Amino acid sequence: MAEFEPTIVAFVCNWCTYTAADLAGTSRLSYPKPVRLIRVMCTGMVDPQYILKALLEGADAVLVSGCHPGDCHYINGNFKARRRIRLLKEILSQFGFEPERLRLTWIGASDGIQFAEVMREMVSQVKAIGPCTASRLAA
Amino acid sequence: MSLVRKLAIDRQDILGTVQGFLRSILTLEDIAVVLAPRRLAEKSVVMPALITQPDCLSDADPLAPAFFLNAAQMMSRLTRRPSGQKIAVVLRPCEIRAFIELVKFKQGALEDVLIIGLDCLGAYPNTVYRRFAAADPDGSTLRFFFAALSGVSETVEGMELASACRVCEHPFPEGADIAIGFMGISPLDYLLVQGQTPKADAYLAQVKLEPVAIPAGRGDAVASRVSSRVQARDAMISRTHEATGTPEKLAAYLTGCINCYNCRNACPICYCRECVFCTDVFDHEPFQYLQKAGRSGSLKLPADTVLYHLTRLVHMSTSCVGCGQCSNACPNDIPVMELFRATARYSQKAFEYEPGRSVAEPPPMSVFKEHEFADVVGLKGKT
Repeated sequence: MAEFEPTIVAFVCNWCTYTAADLAGTSRLSYPKPVRLIRVMCTGMVDPQYILKALLEGADAVLVSGCHPGDCHYINGNFKARRRIRLLKEILSQFGFEPERLRLTWIGASDGIQFAEVMREMVSQVKAIGPCTASRLAA
Repeated sequence: MSLVRKLAIDRQDILGTVQGFLRSILTLEDIAVVLAPRRLAEKSVVMPALITQPDCLSDADPLAPAFFLNAAQMMSRLTRRPSGQKIAVVLRPCEIRAFIELVKFKQGALEDVLIIGLDCLGAYPNTVYRRFAAADPDGSTLRFFFAALSGVSETVEGMELASACRVCEHPFPEGADIAIGFMGISPLDYLLVQGQTPKADAYLAQVKLEPVAIPAGRGDAVASRVSSRVQARDAMISRTHEATGTPEKLAAYLTGCINCYNCRNACPICYCRECVFCTDVFDHEPFQYLQKAGRSGSLKLPADTVLYHLTRLVHMSTSCVGCGQCSNACPNDIPVMELFRATARYSQKAFEYEPGRSVAEPPPMSVFKEHEFADVVGLKGKT
């Protein structure tokens, strides 16, 4: 049987984590292939429904990643995102979704190396817990 | 602590006494209208009605075990813009708490409202109530009242109260301006009328009632009813977690859902003016259904049921007051109240939030702090 390759959907903010991903690329750092980046203007615009839909439609884990506290280009979008992730984690855990399936990180624009590390670490954690079965629900 | 007053019960007619009190409120100069549950021409239906004629209050029935909808939604319609007139409204404790949540969502206002609340004995589901009241609509309310008051039994005349009422730990109208009490008074020859806000005291000063001390038995009656409900609630929550603890179990739990969205329509907290599930976002192309069926091997239709309920939980669980109208409205008897309350318990705990407690407490998703929830950031967290 082929090794489980997790699908990870990452919502990354335009100003920090996406720029870090760009830097990782231009620095020729490698990070695991199964990560699908979705660039958004701010983590504060990530509707919890995007995350739920990703988890129910085939993602094995979702990462939301934006600017460090105090660095948000929209002043406080990342603080709002943190509350929403807190709530989502509470709800998802009620229904047996492991904590590794939803992560929030702050990765600044100059942190290309950290970006690649976070992606590698996340993929290895999700590999350890196995695929998310929610996408195979007949509902 | 404001003055507690005594509303003498006239010839053992408790309902008539409450109606008389409402009449005295309606005849006060600046109260234009009373919104109260009213027994309608079809006699086994009790619906909120705007009453301007004191005579019409003789059909008002705030003690009926009927709870056809959460009237907080109606209060939102009546107060989202100023009408220029003052409304007195009789609400159940869960309706008061829901209305306070709507006020915080800026979908209602308390300024021109005088809220009157009564101790709540609970209600039947709509279908059960119609059976209960069918034979003797006029006498049914007091039959229920005395049976339910005599014990904490959640079954009256062989019929079970609504599941939400059986696990309700807030049967007292804490958020009302005027609270009318009857539990723990023995013999029951008067009702307690308590002004709980300065606004209420100004009105009550105009209604001639004797002051009275809170009877000794009241505290115990309140405490014992609340503690048995808390026990029932916690048992319900652990049963529900057992039944929904994995994505597969959750899907199985919701398998009878036909996406009618009745639970959303009946929910006083579901605050979106336009629901995303009724927009183009969920108007999928035919090929998308086929694709999804192909991926899972089988796809239940209508689709998106689990996504719908999870999304709704994100929106309403921090503010869920547990009124149970979702279960009342479900055509397929899915125990949705249990699911929503069980989740809400933890959502509310996470933000130390109690919906309906105070208008001064902002809903958790409307505010943030700079330093909080450090444990949700990073890849190490165990939650």
